[in-house]
Amino acid sequence: MVNLSFLDMASEPSALEVPQDCMDTFSTDAAKSFAHPNFAVPSVSNPVEWIKHQMSEAAENRIKMAKGTTTLAFKFREGIIVAVDSRATGGTYIASQSVKKVIEINPYLLGTMAGGAADCSYWERELGRRCRVYELRNKERISVAAASKLLSNMVYAYKGMGLSMGTMITGWDKTGPALFYVDSDGQRLKGDLFSVGSGSTFAYGVLDAGYRFDLSVAEAIDLGRRAIYHATFRDAASGGVVNVYHIKQGGWEFISQTDVTELHYQYADEPKPALL
Amino acid sequence: MSIMEYNGSAIMAMKGKNCVAIAADRRFGVQLMTLSTDFQKIFPVTEKVYLGLPGLATDVQTLAERFRFKVNMYKLREERDISPKTFAHMVSSTLYERRFGPFFCEPVIAGLEKDGTPFICSMDLLGCINHAKDFVVSGTASNQMYGTAEGLWEPELEPEDLFETISQAMLSAVDRDASSGWGVIVHVITPEKVITRTLKARMD
Repeated sequence: MVNLSFLDMASEPSALEVPQDCMDTFSTDAAKSFAHPNFAVPSVSNPVEWIKHQMSEAAENRIKMAKGTTTLAFKFREGIIVAVDSRATGGTYIASQSVKKVIEINPYLLGTMAGGAADCSYWERELGRRCRVYELRNKERISVAAASKLLSNMVYAYKGMGLSMGTMITGWDKTGPALFYVDSDGQRLKGDLFSVGSGSTFAYGVLDAGYRFDLSVAEAIDLGRRAIYHATFRDAASGGVVNVYHIKQGGWEFISQTDVTELHYQYADEPKPALL
Repeated sequence: MSIMEYNGSAIMAMKGKNCVAIAADRRFGVQLMTLSTDFQKIFPVTEKVYLGLPGLATDVQTLAERFRFKVNMYKLREERDISPKTFAHMVSSTLYERRFGPFFCEPVIAGLEKDGTPFICSMDLLGCINHAKDFVVSGTASNQMYGTAEGLWEPELEPEDLFETISQAMLSAVDRDASSGWGVIVHVITPEKVITRTLKARMD
């Protein structure tokens, strides 16, 4: 009979403790490395409700987190463009103007960061580890669809406990370019164009106006950068620099980092396009 | 979010040697969304007195009109310009009249007295006056402005040096506040003239 005990996550020991066990015994249950890591959960009768209260407006010491962001990614003929801003805010205070919101999971997978910075960086790092384990076990790279589903399943296990992330997982696998939206509610969508964060509506406006599938690489990079710039202008919680990445067959390539102030005066000098 | 932070603003005034400066950001927004970047928050009262009104934008405009009316009436009755000190008390009383339903605005006043003495003050939304010998700040970026002004201000600055000081203090302050910025306007009031300049600023 097939051993399906690994599906019973609660009874498994922490994945973070696995390495000590499997160092000497090669035959350790491989599924253990896919178990969810163990976190200290508040010792109250209903942790979900307790956390909900701590994060509510009413709580005395409210847990505040960096939330403002603009990120985007879109597919086109030559691959995928990923562009993000770099601002971190705590309320209206600008905590940083130099955040790396594109997480380089491995040489052919990128993740973007919106919502809680710690949640995004932790879970996407954990995703990177799991993708590596998959690769070693199967002698084949994980597909973007599978990778995004690993992430989605991981955060779904903590649904309601206050995780906050809106991310895009992108890359190039044997099916070609792939783009998925994954968030902490457990939602996972495949698509050709996404924008995530408080400035996403502004970015969509620019993106939708300028998007074509047969954009050249230079045009696509410019469109992504422009959309982020316009979002930083209108959205108070977005700003800093624009980081642009291009995903193509061999993996991702870092394209540029541009201060939005530079873009503002560059675009201001351009002639305005005719309306029709 | 507090109603005082609904639109976002940053205003400060500084004393110099026989001159004063007042500066404001130019953003008008609704919470996180920036709607315009040429919003007036500083209003000339006389040739020697300027009023800065940070806070809820609707009250900023209401108060600006109300003070225009009051100062015009004062001038007709007294046949002279109002002094900054008198004007400060006029603002204070006007705010206190609304003690139980205040205007959400914490004004800053900068000007030169008849004898050329620099005058600056700020107020809370109920009209409590705060006099300072160096600088006053008000708005969503007030924490940041206290930091930059405290670090940059020196006594007895000449008009051009005062301009540089207040400009740098403003630019640095609003770069750490999400709800103000998008340009800065500076007025330096000297006995001879008022120097008004808009600064090239970050637009994010």
